[in-house]
Amino acid sequence: MDSPDTDWAGVRLHVVTGKGGTGKTTVAAALALALASGGRKVLLVEVEGRQGIAQIFDLPPLPYEERKIAVAPSGGDVFALSIDPEAAMLEYMEMFYGMRSAGRALTKMGIVDFATTVAPGFRDVLVTGKTTEAVRRRGRNGRRIYDAVVLDAPPTGRIARFLNVTQEVAGLAKVGPIKNHSELVNNVVKSPETAVHFVTLLEEMPVQETLDGIAELRAAGLPAGGIFVNMVRESLLPQAALDTAVKGRFDAGELVLGLKAAGVADGAEATAMAEALAEEVVEHAHRTELEKAERASLAEAGLKSYELPLLADGVDLAGLYELAESMRTQGAA
Amino acid sequence: MKKPATLDIDAILDDQGTRIIVCCGAGGVGKTTTAAALGLRAAERGRCVVVLTVDPARRLAQSMGLTELDNTPRLVSSPEGGGQLFAMMLDMKRTFDEIIEAHADPERARQILSNPFYQSLSSSFSGTQEYMAMEKLGQLRRSDEWDLIIVDTPPSRNALDFLDAPERLGRFLDGRFIRLLTAPAKAGGRSAFRLLNAGFGLMAGAMTKLLGAQVIKDLQTFVSALDAVFGGFRQRAEMTYQLLQAPGTAFLVVAAPERDAMREASYFVERLAEERMPLAGLVVNRVHVSPAPALSAARSAAAAEDLESRGEHELTAAVLRLHAGRMQLTARESREQEHFASAHPTVPVVQVRAMSEDVHDLTGLRQIGDLLATA
Ligand SMILES: Nc1ncnc2c1ncn2[C@@H]1O[C@H](COP(=O)(O)OP(=O)(O)OP(=O)(O)O)[C@@H](O)[C@H]1O
Ligand SMILES: Nc1ncnc2c1ncn2[C@@H]1O[C@H](COP(=O)(O)OP(=O)(O)O)[C@@H](O)[C@H]1O
Ligand SMILES: [Mg+2]
Ligand SMILES: [Mg+2]
Repeated sequence: MDSPDTDWAGVRLHVVTGKGGTGKTTVAAALALALASGGRKVLLVEVEGRQGIAQIFDLPPLPYEERKIAVAPSGGDVFALSIDPEAAMLEYMEMFYGMRSAGRALTKMGIVDFATTVAPGFRDVLVTGKTTEAVRRRGRNGRRIYDAVVLDAPPTGRIARFLNVTQEVAGLAKVGPIKNHSELVNNVVKSPETAVHFVTLLEEMPVQETLDGIAELRAAGLPAGGIFVNMVRESLLPQAALDTAVKGRFDAGELVLGLKAAGVADGAEATAMAEALAEEVVEHAHRTELEKAERASLAEAGLKSYELPLLADGVDLAGLYELAESMRTQGAA
Repeated sequence: MKKPATLDIDAILDDQGTRIIVCCGAGGVGKTTTAAALGLRAAERGRCVVVLTVDPARRLAQSMGLTELDNTPRLVSSPEGGGQLFAMMLDMKRTFDEIIEAHADPERARQILSNPFYQSLSSSFSGTQEYMAMEKLGQLRRSDEWDLIIVDTPPSRNALDFLDAPERLGRFLDGRFIRLLTAPAKAGGRSAFRLLNAGFGLMAGAMTKLLGAQVIKDLQTFVSALDAVFGGFRQRAEMTYQLLQAPGTAFLVVAAPERDAMREASYFVERLAEERMPLAGLVVNRVHVSPAPALSAARSAAAAEDLESRGEHELTAAVLRLHAGRMQLTARESREQEHFASAHPTVPVVQVRAMSEDVHDLTGLRQIGDLLATA
């Protein structure tokens, strides 16, 4: 059921990162829908306990449980899971040691609280452990339960640490169960079955952060995926007009005639308005130029890149499907 | 609706009684930019200023000469009129190390600094950056070398992490789990005995299985060492907290005119009031304006449609569409600001328009400073 014609055909774990507020949760949700469409089964995972998935799909808060939350275009199911490190630890203790009550007692003592405070690496290994378990899980027929898992991951600044769990945990636990567990995670995360995608805007800081993030990932031997350029404004003006505007040679004369023809203004008023609008055009042209420069910087990373439109009315369910459709037509899924 | 009072930035900067300005707000709204712009303006008005930044955009940092994270203020400019601008970038790990060194005897300090748990805590505890920013602020203030300190706050997920972080670390060290780990060492075995009765054996077994014996040992060493210096920590945090409440401090909440950022700003305003921290006002940054405000979105769109249906003046039609979009955006931004104003009618506000380019040099900062002061 793989579709070999998409850019990430062999990938089973899609990790979505990016600067804060650029649209990680939105892109992860849309990507899950896009990957599921055509009858596949996809799990969308969130790890920061913020209930971003529930919000975006307009659902009550998700429990620590995989449940179906949406149907993809032309069939296919999206399941969601909000990973709570505490619950993940209980599950882990029970699964590996059959120690449910001891696990409970430790939780009461605040061990998870402790782990998140002093050694986030421990917490990360629980969370990535649960995620990669879902990736590896097979049904009775020996086939994978999920065709793909999409992870709404921590922001760019923390992603390499988050995924590089073996490294993170190595300093803390040189031997022992945590170390072993982290190696299992590592096997999935560093394999060709994983791709780490970056969400960015066409602005200086998010682009810079994306490039730094990609470099950091590569240095850590982690697989960089694609770049999702989010909230792209469609350009309304012809390139020729933008070019003259950038050079400061945009002529308001044509606008005067147009405004008169449309009956918007007359005489001196039309001239003043045309000049004001011309100023707006120049500003817009400058911004477009800057965006072009940001695109060029992104291109240097040498990754596949996809552009997602700025949805004028914000992101609702219909908007998510629109973004998913856009991803499919661009070959991201 | 009544317009909110205008925030008078120059009055704050010129008041010699203003010793600390804290810029807080959601991530990416322009806290760092505002802090730096205020610093430059204050220096140009004759004050001796230091700006403590946390995460400046790379080009901005370069233009201020902040290429190294060396944790000490550097002179950026000495404008005419006797003022001076210093700036520094926070090195949280170094700041943390310094506190340890100041509060523990050399042997214990060495023990802590080389412990793997300390290394993890000092470089990745989610509140460390916030905590250390406040610690550095306290240090700068105590040194009394500057008459105005402007602090930028880290891009926390939780708005006021910089207020909460010291307490969180304290709560953590007082937590039951930590007590459990340190109990045997502390009470000469007596409390360990008590805990044994409470099923300590089971617990210790589970912990050892989960974490491994070495980890438990490292942890115990770390926690008891840190515990010994924590009294000093707490005292310092308390002092900084009081500094923030003092009359010489002014909080500026920075926001962008978007729903999430304005909501966060509301939350800040409320939290600051709860903590009795002196709020000076709200900076709404990156506000979009149109040079042709008289032409409404609706009229502009209608005219564009008219031209399009007649197949005439294609360029004008496109420009009218562009303008309609811009006017829609400004309307949405005004609405967000009105919401805020009706919820917090007494908070003074100033707006800074969105520049078409990022702000990465002193010229840009000066421009932002002008906008802040002459709104
Ligand atoms: N293509 C888009 N068009 C319009 N609005 C968008 C688009 N993508 C995201 N948004 C909006 O931008 C805001 C931030 O998006 P989102 O919550 O997905 O970002 P995030 O990166 O997950 O943020 P955080 O770092 O806080 O987790 C939301 O209000 C979302 O609705
Ligand atoms: N008024 C403005 N106009 C245009 N760009 C701005 C403005 N204010 C800030 N910026 C840009 O926005 C980005 C984020 O600003 P920054 O001050 O680093 O935000 P924060 O510190 O709140 O995360 C920077 O690239 C900065 O140059
Ligand atoms: Mg999110
Ligand atoms: Mg900043």
